[in-house]
Order: sequence, then structure tokens, then C-alpha cells
Amino acid sequence: MKLLLNGAPINAQATTLADLLVAEGFGGAKVATAVNGTFVPAPERADYALSAGDAVEVLAPMQGG
Amino acid sequence: MRDFYGTALANGLMLGTAQYPSPAILKDAFERSGASVATVSLRRESGQDRAGQDFWHLIRALDVHLLPNTAGCHSVKEAVTTAHMAREVFDTKWIKLEVIGEEDLLQPDVFGLVEAARILTEDGFQVFPYTTEDLVVAERLLHAGCEVLMPWGAPIGSGLGLNNIFGLRAMRAHFPDVPLVIDAGLGLPSQAAAAMELGFDAVLLNTAVAKAGDPAAMAAAFAAAVNAGQLAQAADPMEPRDMAAPSTPVIGKAFLI
Repeated sequence: MKLLLNGAPINAQATTLADLLVAEGFGGAKVATAVNGTFVPAPERADYALSAGDAVEVLAPMQGG
Repeated sequence: MRDFYGTALANGLMLGTAQYPSPAILKDAFERSGASVATVSLRRESGQDRAGQDFWHLIRALDVHLLPNTAGCHSVKEAVTTAHMAREVFDTKWIKLEVIGEEDLLQPDVFGLVEAARILTEDGFQVFPYTTEDLVVAERLLHAGCEVLMPWGAPIGSGLGLNNIFGLRAMRAHFPDVPLVIDAGLGLPSQAAAAMELGFDAVLLNTAVAKAGDPAAMAAAFAAAVNAGQLAQAADPMEPRDMAAPSTPVIGKAFLI
């Protein structure tokens, strides 16, 4: 299905958020996730079913002031 | 020094982690600054280059308190969602809450700020709100559950120092028991010393160190200034006066005309 991952269109085979993270190279990374602007806590990723057109954000620690 | 949400800090210097020429220089600057708090952020991660993971290892090694921010957020929803994501990633209840309302000055949207602060404090966050020196807004933030206030000295990244000494002095006098941090606008160590002399509990800065020709040396200079200002404030400075007052005794002066 077609998704937006950090603003870029992708074609994903994964059906859950947890599977998508592994498939896209984020397995084991320290990241936080949101889908369609709503925070999805790490423990809920495995059960979070993705739908076509979902906008997924994957954020990581970064420099800030 | 006052506690910040029950946490005693070793000193009043909070230092940002952005814009350094290299990770090694960032590390040097933090070591020279002795800063007790590092501000950090969240940005989109790439599954390939993993820049965020490298940064995570770097800041963990700094061994300072982490203060994640909601920089760049322009709405309450965006700031609240970012705060939740930051709490999970950085494993801290602390959040430097920014809700930007005006792009040219990066001025806080104080209405959204109060609303977001209320939502987050009710959800267990310990909010450090980036605000103006407006006393009415400050009162609303305290009612919303904030126990720390962070008025700007000047617009972010401007280096202009303390733009409204009158307003900042009034804020200190009006809220004698609230931990107050000057956040943003400092460009020189003397301005940090002035903030501490006014009785502020800490200063938060980034660009002045990161964009200096020698960031590590400037970090050391700010550390010394914050310490000097804090010592001076504790020493109860004299009141300024308009007319001269001789410091040398007049009595006993020789008549030599």
C-alpha cells in the first residue's frame, strides 16, 4: 500500500507500524513515531494497523537549542 | 540555587546542542562550559544514515540533564504531539515548550503556549515554557501548572542580549519564588552575567557559543560569566545613584592649598 514516510511516498508491504519500521531500516533505532499527526507510543506499534495513505513520522534525537 | 521541578542543578548554564561546526567541537564546548543542562530536539530520521542515533550516543556521553524542545512548532497540537514523542525518546518529563507565533522574531504564541502548557502539565510533563516577559502571561502559565518560566532576553539567535531590562526586573520581583531562566537572545558572556546579577536562576543559550570563532573558549567564557553573575547577586549589589558619593573619607584630609 502507498504511504507517506517522513514526507516521502513509499510502497509498503508491512501492515503494522512495527513491521514498517523494521522494513524501512529503523529496527532497533531510538525513534518516536506518529501517524497522521497523532503520537503512537512504542508499545502500541506492533498492534497499530496501517491504512493506505497514512502519513507516518519517524523522529530521532537531534541537535537543538 | 533553586530547584527545577525538584532537580538541583550544579550551575545556572543551560546550553544548546545545535549549529556546532562538528560533534567533536560540541563535545569540547560542553566540557569547557560545565553546563548542567543540554537542550535537544527531534527531527525526521533516515533509515539509512542514522544521524539521530549517532547524536544520541554523543549526548548520552555528555552526562548532563536533557531538556528536549518543541522548536519549530506553530500549533498547540504540534507542540503537544512533539512533547509526547520527546518524552518517549529522551525518557524525561522535562520539555522546553515552544509554540512559535511570529516567524520574523520567533516570538512565542503566548495564547497557544498557555493552552499547550495546561495540556502537558495535566499529563505529567514538567514544562519549561519559552515565553515573553509579560507578567499576565506568566501568571497564566503558573496557573496552567508551570513551575519554571523562561522569558526571552531577545529574539532567538539575535545576540542582542537583554532587550527589556525593566520587564525582566519586574518579572523577577513579581515572582520571587519561581525559578526563572533567560532563554534566547544572549550573544555575549557579559549579558549572561547581567541576567544572573538581575537574580535570574539560569540562562539558556546556544548560538552565541556554537557560532563563536572558538566555541569551546566561548563556552568557558559563558561559564565564568554565569558564575560571576551568580556570585554578585548573592553578594547583594549596591544600589546605583545619580550623584557622586566619595568613597575615600573626607574627614582628616590635609589642607594643602
